[in-house]
Amino acid sequence: MSIMGTRVIRTEDPRLLTAGGVYVDDVRTPQLSGAARLTFVRSPVAHARITGIDASQALSEPGVIAVLTVADMDDLAPPPPSSGEWDGSPTPLGGPWAEPLLAVDTVRFVGEPVAVVITDTSYQGEDAADLVAVDYDPLPVVLGPAAAVADQTLLFPAAGTNIAIKNAVSTDDTPFDACDVVIEQSIINQRVACVPMEGRATAVSYENGKLTVWASSQNAQVSRFILAGALGMAPDQIRVVVPDVGGGFGAKIGIDRDTITLAWAARKTGRSLRWAETRSENLVAMTQGRAQLQHIKIGGSRDGRILAYRLDVIQDAGAYQRVGGLLPFLTCLMAPGVYDIPDVQAGFRQAVTNTTPIAAYRGAGRPEATAAIERAVDLFAAEIGMDPAEVRRRNYIAPDKFPFQTKTGAMYDTGRYAEALDKALAAAGYAELRLEQQRRRENGGPRQLGIGLSSYVEITAPDPDAGETAKLEVRDDGTAIVYTGSSAHGQGHHTAWAMLVQDELGIPMDQITVIHGDTDLIPAGVGTYGSRSLQLGGSAVHNAAIEVKDEARRHAAEMLEAAEADVVLDTGTGLWQVRGDPDTALSWAQVAGHTSGGSLIADVSFVQERPTFPFGTHVSVVEVDTETGQARLLRHVTVDDAGTVMNPVLTEGQRHGGIAQGAAQALLEEVLYDADGNPLTSTLADYSAISAPDLPSFELAASETPTDLNPLGVKGIGEAGTIGSTPAVQNAVIDAVSHLGVRHIDMPATPQRVWNAINEAQKASNQ
Amino acid sequence: MIPSSFTYKRASSAEEACDLAAEYGEDAKYLAGGHSLLPLMKLRLAAPEMLIDLGGLRDLSYLTDQGSHIAIGALTRHHDVQHSDLLAREVPLLAHAAGQVGDPQIRHRGTIGGSIAHGDPASDLPAVLLALDATLVARGTDGTREIPIGEFFQGLFETALEPDELLTEIRVPKPPAGGRGWSFQKFTQRAIDWAIVGVAVQGGHVALVNMAGTPLRATAVEAALAGGASPAEAAAHAAEGSSAVSDIRATREYREHLARVLTSRALTETASRAA
Amino acid sequence: MKVDLTVNGKEITADVEDRMLLVHFVRDVADLTATNIGCDTTSCGACTVLLDGESVKSCTVLAAQANGHDITTLEGLASNGDMHPVQRAFHEQHGLQCGFCTPGMVMAIVSLLKENPHPTEEQVRTGLEGNLCRCTGYHNIVRAALAASETSPQADTAEVSS
Repeated sequence: MSIMGTRVIRTEDPRLLTAGGVYVDDVRTPQLSGAARLTFVRSPVAHARITGIDASQALSEPGVIAVLTVADMDDLAPPPPSSGEWDGSPTPLGGPWAEPLLAVDTVRFVGEPVAVVITDTSYQGEDAADLVAVDYDPLPVVLGPAAAVADQTLLFPAAGTNIAIKNAVSTDDTPFDACDVVIEQSIINQRVACVPMEGRATAVSYENGKLTVWASSQNAQVSRFILAGALGMAPDQIRVVVPDVGGGFGAKIGIDRDTITLAWAARKTGRSLRWAETRSENLVAMTQGRAQLQHIKIGGSRDGRILAYRLDVIQDAGAYQRVGGLLPFLTCLMAPGVYDIPDVQAGFRQAVTNTTPIAAYRGAGRPEATAAIERAVDLFAAEIGMDPAEVRRRNYIAPDKFPFQTKTGAMYDTGRYAEALDKALAAAGYAELRLEQQRRRENGGPRQLGIGLSSYVEITAPDPDAGETAKLEVRDDGTAIVYTGSSAHGQGHHTAWAMLVQDELGIPMDQITVIHGDTDLIPAGVGTYGSRSLQLGGSAVHNAAIEVKDEARRHAAEMLEAAEADVVLDTGTGLWQVRGDPDTALSWAQVAGHTSGGSLIADVSFVQERPTFPFGTHVSVVEVDTETGQARLLRHVTVDDAGTVMNPVLTEGQRHGGIAQGAAQALLEEVLYDADGNPLTSTLADYSAISAPDLPSFELAASETPTDLNPLGVKGIGEAGTIGSTPAVQNAVIDAVSHLGVRHIDMPATPQRVWNAINEAQKASNQ
Repeated sequence: MIPSSFTYKRASSAEEACDLAAEYGEDAKYLAGGHSLLPLMKLRLAAPEMLIDLGGLRDLSYLTDQGSHIAIGALTRHHDVQHSDLLAREVPLLAHAAGQVGDPQIRHRGTIGGSIAHGDPASDLPAVLLALDATLVARGTDGTREIPIGEFFQGLFETALEPDELLTEIRVPKPPAGGRGWSFQKFTQRAIDWAIVGVAVQGGHVALVNMAGTPLRATAVEAALAGGASPAEAAAHAAEGSSAVSDIRATREYREHLARVLTSRALTETASRAA
Repeated sequence: MKVDLTVNGKEITADVEDRMLLVHFVRDVADLTATNIGCDTTSCGACTVLLDGESVKSCTVLAAQANGHDITTLEGLASNGDMHPVQRAFHEQHGLQCGFCTPGMVMAIVSLLKENPHPTEEQVRTGLEGNLCRCTGYHNIVRAALAASETSPQADTAEVSS
């Protein structure tokens, strides 16, 4: 009986539940004994010239070892020259857009680091940082995508504009001229904060020319590469260790300027250093997500056929562009979603503003695409008076058209979109819900029901040629070690990779150790983001297991003096034998012992030809109190098809977490600034991170449409829940009050926003 | 994240607490449950040089039936107010409202006296006690005095307490026979949030949460009710005399609308409970 | 100032700053790092421990206030190497992913179940209003709490078969 597809609870849990995880700030090791604490001095203004820094008062405080600024960074080479043009990679823009480590003469967002204070204790650090006096000469502030592209105030005068990347959308209206119905809408996909429960944290030791960095990161090897470049060191002089990580969601890909500064400061002062940001720091200085202003135009015929779709995106990059144009690029790539639309136009501009830099956040560009097309489809459905489920059904890419090349250049591998819709509608009891909605409308009471749909497709392993690594070692004591390039921060890879090895080799899971995140042990690896790890990292483990099996067979055949073709492995017992002769049984320990080194080793890299495209449909049921505007999520039903399901426990967990973050964007969360660029949501008391009483239990339906792009048939599930849920919840809120004349409400659908929309619709209908 | 330095002193009696407060004046603050004060200090929005910990004054934690009123020790925790059988019988509004303050962990530490003395108009209990016409007992170095709740809240985070005065008791009159209906409508985005707007009703008394710099009696609503108006008619006056702020959660206009809606619902619920 | 706390049954005496937070006492003086810090506004609950058997947010209690009292952290929950029912339920119900909120979540639920041994799903969710999680969407945390209370969930909200 294969373990694949069965419910297996996690091997990670016993340690986490009894001793607790060891996150960066928990690491206790001799290298860090006596480590000092680093505290950042951050800009309290959004845009200003720095005219002076006076550390004298801070330096006289107890426990202060040093106060460092960019002036002390004379041991760092300047960055390589760059035109500042985007080369298509998800890396920081250089040239005129370059982001320094510590602010040079200008600060461009509240929270930008200006200096660091090094003290014996963190308490002293907070005291001393308050006393570093920085003089700021305020500059006009640029907030929001519309203001940014107006180019009235430039963040980087040398660039001559705030628009850093432009991939202009077509303005050819011909496809729309042929349509019976054309609708346009401006849509805000609002800025949200990632809020991993563990903020950023780093510890650094610099001894004998070697740097050891403990980082809360999603990839140790990439982090090492970044550090080497930034510090002018050879990679083999740097060891990066990623211990337990308390959530990442894309915001901990690699390491950022603050961690580089820490590493530099350790080298500069010769002290080992530790830093763990506070939540207030995290909410201004960790990268944030989304922040797009979208303009959609959708055209079709009255019988429900969508004929043309245009998506024009202005991406607010924040003050510095950490990931190039990756996010709006992916948004445009995925613009048409699950629909077979004859004419698709998608384009973007990316501009800088005096706000926290934007980077990947669960979905990274794809939630924005799905939210836009799903709003557009609902607007179209409302205009032609057709059930939004029916409109979707009439426009899906047909199942016999896969692999399907979209008008925007994506190649969807497999998909059964109508089936997913049917399954979701059935699980939700769609017809009954519409009846209940109708009943409530007829009764005219304040509590109205809204049903929202979202059909989505998303791109996972968007960098399939980067691949992933796995080294598998089976030792002469019968145990196995997997060294994976993936970097789980909650996803349960240790359980999943052990399942793969057990399935292929018959070594029991409790004899298998999985290791990740240490560049000394795993020099080559890519990491966990973009929902890539199961398909790439898992396939690598799978292939490594097969290689080990093949090598083992050779040894076993020798040991048993039999032909390789006659030697079999019983994966139930983990024993090798000559076919039909159990008396010849050899254990893994024995076979491994036969090797010259005492272990069987396979070291593989798995590269995939193309990305994979999970898909699904979400049905969201919301109750809106029309007297107050308050929306409550009653039910959320999903089909999330990410190919073969290896372990339903892990898959469901990813779906749950994704749904919660997606619903949070639709209903509650938003990063806000005042007119001067001061953050208004820089604590968890003000930033409405979603909590348990805000959510129901979720209803997940199963669906598996494998891909042929990897041996496991799997796609990525990590971000699908988020991508699918946001539009369904948003559409449900609007649906709840559509009978009052409301056609659109921007996210988050707070009570104030919903109430405003109801009032405006009432005013419009009274005219 | 960390308060600036202070000196900690643990009072062993109410008398000692007052003496310390009198000695250190504006530099000292009382520390009860700490869940109003410590969060401010951790963000360095408050930086008293001395904290006088009242945590040892267990004799200030009690809920007793005094016949015409319930006497509640100022250091009674929200958790104990919430779960009090006595209050469930006699003043369920207060027990219910205490259960809405913060979360379970906060309710295990925060005290009714600490919450009142903090004077935040967005807190739940000040408005509830206003609707209940409570009397507060304060003790200073000069002696003890009673302060009617209507005179207690003087401005944003400003109360009638002198710097050395310690709240020792809250006296809650038992609602009269005709006034036992009650309701508490707390409107929030998330369960943990402070009220965007709240309405506390006991009998014919209506008090508003977060509609001004202090909790507010909705006197126009009360007058309309006394004049025979229906809940909906009376509630139309809910925002009169208020001065709600506009912030990231709500505009003033929306708050005024919510006050009317919630008051109407509160009055309807009150009437159904009175029956 | 000198403080004397009993942490997981062990008495610990130390000379600390008056302003030392209980969470730092637990992590840095008692050297028990399971309890985590997730915010600075008493919002997230990651720092939840038991103070005299009741859940409190240790970031908003001074070590001085806990002087002479009993503290229980996640590390003190198991007995004789056996997981506490809440720990076991978290394992069985996949109630944790990254694990950072988990110690606080577990302690909050231990306290919740002590006060309300058979909560409804709604009571569990409201009871966890002060504990934020970013990974799980709370679904399995709620199942774990209900499983630990030996109450079956109100509705079968698990997988709907295709």
